[in-house]
Amino acid sequence: MNHLLEVNNLEINFKTYGGEVKAVRDVSFHVDKGEVVAIVGESGSGKSVTVQSIMGLIPTPPGVIKGGSIKFQGKELLRASKREMRKVKGSKIGMIFQDPMTSLNPTMIVGKQIAEGLITHQKLSKQEAKKKAIEMIKQVGIPNPEERYNQFPHEFSGGMRQRVMIAIALACNPELLIADEPTTALDVTIQAQVLELMKKLQKDTQTAIILITHDLGVVAETAQRVMVMYGGIMVESATVFDLFENPKHPYTWGLLNSIPNLEGTEKKQLIPIEGSPPDLFSPPKGCPFAPRCKYAMDICLEEMPGDYQIDESHSARCWLNDSRAPKVEMPFTLEKEKTVTVGGESID
Amino acid sequence: MYIVKRFMTMILTIWVIASLTFFIMNMIPGDPFASDADVLPKEVVENMRAKYNLDEPVPVQYVLYLKNLVMLDLGPSIKSESRTVNDIIASGFPASATLGIQAIIVALFFGLLLGIVAALNHNKLLDNAAMIFAIIGISVPSFILSPLLINIFAVKFGILPVASWGTWQHSVLPTLALATTPLAVVARYMRSSMLEVMNQNYIKTADAKGLSTFKIVLSHGVRNAILPVVSFIGPLFVSLITGTFVIEKIFAVPGIGKYFVDSIFNRDYPVIMGTTVFFSTILVVTLFLIDISYRFIDPRIKLTSKGD
Repeated sequence: MNHLLEVNNLEINFKTYGGEVKAVRDVSFHVDKGEVVAIVGESGSGKSVTVQSIMGLIPTPPGVIKGGSIKFQGKELLRASKREMRKVKGSKIGMIFQDPMTSLNPTMIVGKQIAEGLITHQKLSKQEAKKKAIEMIKQVGIPNPEERYNQFPHEFSGGMRQRVMIAIALACNPELLIADEPTTALDVTIQAQVLELMKKLQKDTQTAIILITHDLGVVAETAQRVMVMYGGIMVESATVFDLFENPKHPYTWGLLNSIPNLEGTEKKQLIPIEGSPPDLFSPPKGCPFAPRCKYAMDICLEEMPGDYQIDESHSARCWLNDSRAPKVEMPFTLEKEKTVTVGGESID
Repeated sequence: MYIVKRFMTMILTIWVIASLTFFIMNMIPGDPFASDADVLPKEVVENMRAKYNLDEPVPVQYVLYLKNLVMLDLGPSIKSESRTVNDIIASGFPASATLGIQAIIVALFFGLLLGIVAALNHNKLLDNAAMIFAIIGISVPSFILSPLLINIFAVKFGILPVASWGTWQHSVLPTLALATTPLAVVARYMRSSMLEVMNQNYIKTADAKGLSTFKIVLSHGVRNAILPVVSFIGPLFVSLITGTFVIEKIFAVPGIGKYFVDSIFNRDYPVIMGTTVFFSTILVVTLFLIDISYRFIDPRIKLTSKGD
């Protein structure tokens, strides 16, 4: 089957004065048409770098794409010329960034910022582009679109700016939308609104989405598949259902265990993952999570585990999944209070 | 409301400058007739002093001066009797202004261009070349650059006239000499400002839209990067337009700079006062226009006086 986006063995380094940082190591994944795929992981795990490389937004230097391939609709993007990339960027792949406060040009009216892409890609006249931009502003739920068209970003609130960013990203009806932590910089009620909007637009347009987030609640609510990244590698990849029901990597266990419990009546302490992320200047020889892992075996420190296929859509990079490894189960069960809903069904 | 308040401040500023100049000028020892006093009889000198009200006490002179200033009458020149200060400004200013405006156009256009090109090629050959040029431009004084330019273009190749004023060819070399330093300064300002802007998130957004580099730089980069340069344009504009003594002297340009310097040596009080007040008026008006232009460059800036 042909995937919409296929990333294979991607390796990205950054040259710094301190040496070369291995930001992304041997990452492979795919996204199908109309699918919502989430990437979770802590800061510095390589999520943003991975998706920015799809858009060719990694500045080189200092970034170096060491190897791998990124195929979009069967076309190799890593070897595409700048001109070819420009035809894909903004037209077939749209992107939303983390910080809506700084992602819009402060000296240009927002309407023009939406219309720009339309003029470039769809060769619309200024008038047509303006009409379409106003329509987009309306579609992302901003009242008084005609008036808002002529306003500057500083006249919008954070949530409204993120809606504008969504309008920019979706203006040309892209096949794929990359949302790099679209709600991280917003407060909670606005987060919910923006997510709701993205879900609705996704339903209407059947655009595939790669959603980067820290928030497992967001993952459960919006995505069909999840990939967990840690220390520049993809440690686990599964359907959302499998990830919450049957996670196979100790790091994922830690993540799930650390979801704060807001609904219980008794006060409980947060359960963090002990230790700190690996130094990517000289990543450990073996599994990057091994130094923090309670279940680490000798081999974990020595050799990078392979990608163990649990089933067709579920894989984990952990030696525990080797047939020779001792059988270890997730050390806790997701409590009733930590109920997360997946596509309307709830998982206990 | 803002404009009215601002206008009052401008008048106040000019008054303060005029007053300060007046009193400082009177504290310099000597007066316009100091050299005549040795030659001419005492009575004659006293008559002459009386003609220009120099026999009155300083406060009275000050009031008289302000009265004339309000009527836009800058008084007669003491040294060249037949001309008023207004005449001197009227005859010298056009040449100085032409030269200054040409120089500022050259400095801005090439300075901005150089800064942008340097920033876009950060740490590459073009950037280094541009910055070496800028450092030379800033550190070589105009009195060295001018003879160099004359030697190369006028003497060796003979393609441009050496001195005097009249046709556009005459203005090429002085314009170049005058523009070089500000050009280099503008280039350095623009480069650092542009480097900062090109690292902003909204440039990434523009890039993600699939716009061409040209479009990203022009419509998203430059307008945001130009603000710090604009605040520098004000004083630069005034210093160029009011003439630089050195350049005008070397190229024999009949500008206003010569009168300004000569008037101080001659203690030609009305000319000192007149040119100073004239310069400061241009400065204050330019700064006002620059402030207004911020409003158009950056929509986040609102022109309001405090408390509005």
